[in-house]
Amino acid sequence: MIFGFHLLSVAIWLPILFGILVMATGNDRNAAMARYLALAGSILGFLVTIPLYTGFDRMASGMQFVEIHNWIPRFNIHYHLGVDGISMLFILLNSFFTPLVVIAGWQVIEKRVAQYMAAFLIMSGIINGVFASLDAVLFYVFWEAMLIPMFVIIGVWGGPNRVYAAIKFFLYTLLGSLLMLVALLYLYNQSGGSFEILEYHQMMIPMTAQILLFIAFFMAFSVKVPMFPVHTWLPDAHVEAPTGGSVILAAIMLKVGAYGFLRFSMPIAPDASHSLSGAMIALSLIAVVYIGLVALTQSDMKKLVAYSSISHMGFVTLGFFIFNAYGIEGALIQMVSHGFISGALFLCIGVLYDRVHSRQIVDYGGVANKMPVFAAFFMLFAMANSGLPGTSGFVGEFMVIMGAVKANFWYAFLAATTLVFGAAYTLWMYKRVIFGPVANDHVAHLHDINLREKVILSILAIAVLVAGLYPLPLGEVLHTSVNDLLVHMARSKL
Amino acid sequence: MSFLSTLYSAYAEIFLLVMVSVILIADLFTAGRTKTVTYLLVQVTLLGCSLITVATHRDGIDHLFHHMFVDDLMSDVLKLLSYMAISMMLVYSRSYLLARGLFSGEFLALVLFSLLGMMVMISASNFITLYLGLELLSLSLYAIVALQRDSAIATEAAMKYFILGALASGLLLYGMSMLYGATGTLDVNAVSSAIQHGVPNKALLVFGLVFVVAGLAFKLGVVPFHMWVPDVYHGAPTAMTMLIGTAPKLAAFAFVMRILVEALQPLMVHWSGMLAILAVLSMALGNISAIAQTNLKRMFAYSTIAHMGFLLVGVLSGSNEGYGSAMFYAVVYVIMSLGGFGMILLMSREGFEADKLSDFKGLNQRSPWLAFMMLLLMFSMAGVPPTVGFYAKFAVLNAAVQAGHIPLVILAVLFSLIGAFYYLRIVKLMYFDAPESHERIYMQPDSSLLISLNGLGVLILGILPGTLMSVCAVSVQQSLLLPH
Repeated sequence: MIFGFHLLSVAIWLPILFGILVMATGNDRNAAMARYLALAGSILGFLVTIPLYTGFDRMASGMQFVEIHNWIPRFNIHYHLGVDGISMLFILLNSFFTPLVVIAGWQVIEKRVAQYMAAFLIMSGIINGVFASLDAVLFYVFWEAMLIPMFVIIGVWGGPNRVYAAIKFFLYTLLGSLLMLVALLYLYNQSGGSFEILEYHQMMIPMTAQILLFIAFFMAFSVKVPMFPVHTWLPDAHVEAPTGGSVILAAIMLKVGAYGFLRFSMPIAPDASHSLSGAMIALSLIAVVYIGLVALTQSDMKKLVAYSSISHMGFVTLGFFIFNAYGIEGALIQMVSHGFISGALFLCIGVLYDRVHSRQIVDYGGVANKMPVFAAFFMLFAMANSGLPGTSGFVGEFMVIMGAVKANFWYAFLAATTLVFGAAYTLWMYKRVIFGPVANDHVAHLHDINLREKVILSILAIAVLVAGLYPLPLGEVLHTSVNDLLVHMARSKL
Repeated sequence: MSFLSTLYSAYAEIFLLVMVSVILIADLFTAGRTKTVTYLLVQVTLLGCSLITVATHRDGIDHLFHHMFVDDLMSDVLKLLSYMAISMMLVYSRSYLLARGLFSGEFLALVLFSLLGMMVMISASNFITLYLGLELLSLSLYAIVALQRDSAIATEAAMKYFILGALASGLLLYGMSMLYGATGTLDVNAVSSAIQHGVPNKALLVFGLVFVVAGLAFKLGVVPFHMWVPDVYHGAPTAMTMLIGTAPKLAAFAFVMRILVEALQPLMVHWSGMLAILAVLSMALGNISAIAQTNLKRMFAYSTIAHMGFLLVGVLSGSNEGYGSAMFYAVVYVIMSLGGFGMILLMSREGFEADKLSDFKGLNQRSPWLAFMMLLLMFSMAGVPPTVGFYAKFAVLNAAVQAGHIPLVILAVLFSLIGAFYYLRIVKLMYFDAPESHERIYMQPDSSLLISLNGLGVLILGILPGTLMSVCAVSVQQSLLLPH
């Protein structure tokens, strides 16, 4: 409780409120005020989520920090919030990134500053809402509302092909969401008029219905993750989005899709999940191997990291669908770690882009000569992206591979190729951009990162290292929730 | 009981009729081009009607004039919303019409006559009253569209509207006469009970039903009876388009309820199949054609076709849930399209219509607030939460799922995805593109306040949709508690 408000409500509405305030500062004459207000809002937004972690009961199963009010009594819809270990972690991650994004856009964004900052703050609140909702309609509202600020962010502050990317992003994700809506309405009618997600977990559902429900949820979540055949929006969106947009997209939004699998698909349709797990694992492995190869051929740095994200998210879905504690916990840690690493990589690319206005690898070379500090940071994140032990990238991948070995050796074998491909595409890019002689005049005129950039990259570097060396605090909060999920999944609902 | 007190339930209609006559005469004696006095009188009349409707509300169902006229909760709610829609339409369109010299006493009187027609339709419990109300509404609208005599395109629109409207009325009357032949009565409730007790000539009954549905489809503007909609929406001056596209949809909903649900409920197996075909075709053609439009009014016309198709999905679910959701959809649709057309009216100036999509380019740079309002309206039309348009779709889809129409629901969802594209395109034009002109947008204080209320209303109703939903559900439920 903060001033009589529930913590989760504060985590959702405080950033949104600040977003509205920032928007109210109006045009660019008040840009400085908009920036400071946004920074204050985002830092406050992060501070209020810390008690969620410190006050979290690690041993208790079920939802914590629960808040429930009537919302739309006619459809028995409630404003029902609560978190378990899984969702709490992502609320924290999301609130952690918002100040970073605000700082990252501090000088770079010159046009319509207030709207830019407001969009990020509002989105931050909405994403917290997605993770905290325990009512299906509330979840859906937040889930869809998330699209609006992102659409505007890509479309207004993005690159040259931003309109195409923004519309593709929106329509792709809307298609999946609408099918999920049909699934939710079906569940509502089958459950005798309830939108409680936790009640759906307990419902008995026949196999055909489970399969159809699984497919509908799959459409919604696989687009967001994104999984192999529906991933094509992501590289476009990433390339065109401004740096902050890419960071939030990679670090948080992709996680929302994966979270959906854990909260909806698997517990609501466990039998269908088991029987379709072969297909899911196949799609995940295709993402890991094939997309890893695709990443190798990219000439655009952002596109490369985007494909690397898809490949890493393949790891996450693989971990989910091998149904053991190592797999799921590893996948969750991989999600957090990928948030840090991909966010950091996009920020690094942003640093270069702000100076040279190009994302093409060929336009660089020998950056280390001019930007030694930056090169060091970039090195750390590149290594983490390729799964170097001691960084957070290693922990999750290692756990998922361990889990996969238990399920089937060949899964593990194919998944482990990512350690080779990941290292290949990341380090090869790093080599071409950073090492060698100074390639051209643009590079020759580069100046090293300033204090603002140093602060952001240091925070992320610390996060990557701490999570890599001492991942226990992450595993600790996840443990009970993951076990509960596995126990639940083992019971048939037919 | 005195004669006057027997008319209790119809006081609002009577008051309106008296006031129209007063306004027509008063208009002759008030000088000035701006018609301020007449305009204020009209607004006062609308306010008076609202007060009377609220004051004369009684629980239960009252019949009047030998069962020709009914007063129930649904009629009261729909009437109140119609007053609101007409009043908002007048605020939005005043300066537009003044600039074009169309803001005349006749126009205002015709608007009120059309409102009277709507009210009669809403409260009709006999085929004859239904038809009378419909014709009063339609004839006023034909005249209103034709009001701009020097515009060829408006005259053409009026012609098309009139001819096709007359055809539709013919179909409707023909169908009604067959129903009369089969059941021997024109009373809505009596028709229903006659069918329930069995009629000798079932074929005649279903044949009549087909004509009635075709006539209704014409009036609603659903495919394949939609031909007039794009041309009339496009051709009529924007203010007239707004009038056609908003309040009459509420009356049309009431019409569907009275005739299909209250009178022909026993034939539901027949009409729900017909409506399903109409609904799917409308959503498909409406949404796909809207993509190709470059004129905003034409785009709204196709989007209306799609929205009406969606509304039919609620009706054909055939449950109180479904009717309530369809009513909610109609109300939400009216609120959204008032805002949409209102935006065109606000942007237009003397000699400039602002009805092309390109006129909205870069609106965010010219007026961020207006652009934000339009963004809310567009996302609401696309059905994206947290705007009220989402709940309208949600309620309708829920009713359809409940009735077991899952394939229909999936089609509806896919077509609304297609629909999202053209609404998004407007947002794209406003936010992502550079403006074509930097001319200042000159707004009257009253209409700029109203557009803010309208846009924010869409958002606030989206965050707290419960009350309006319940009102719609309860009013439909109460008026279907048949007296027999």
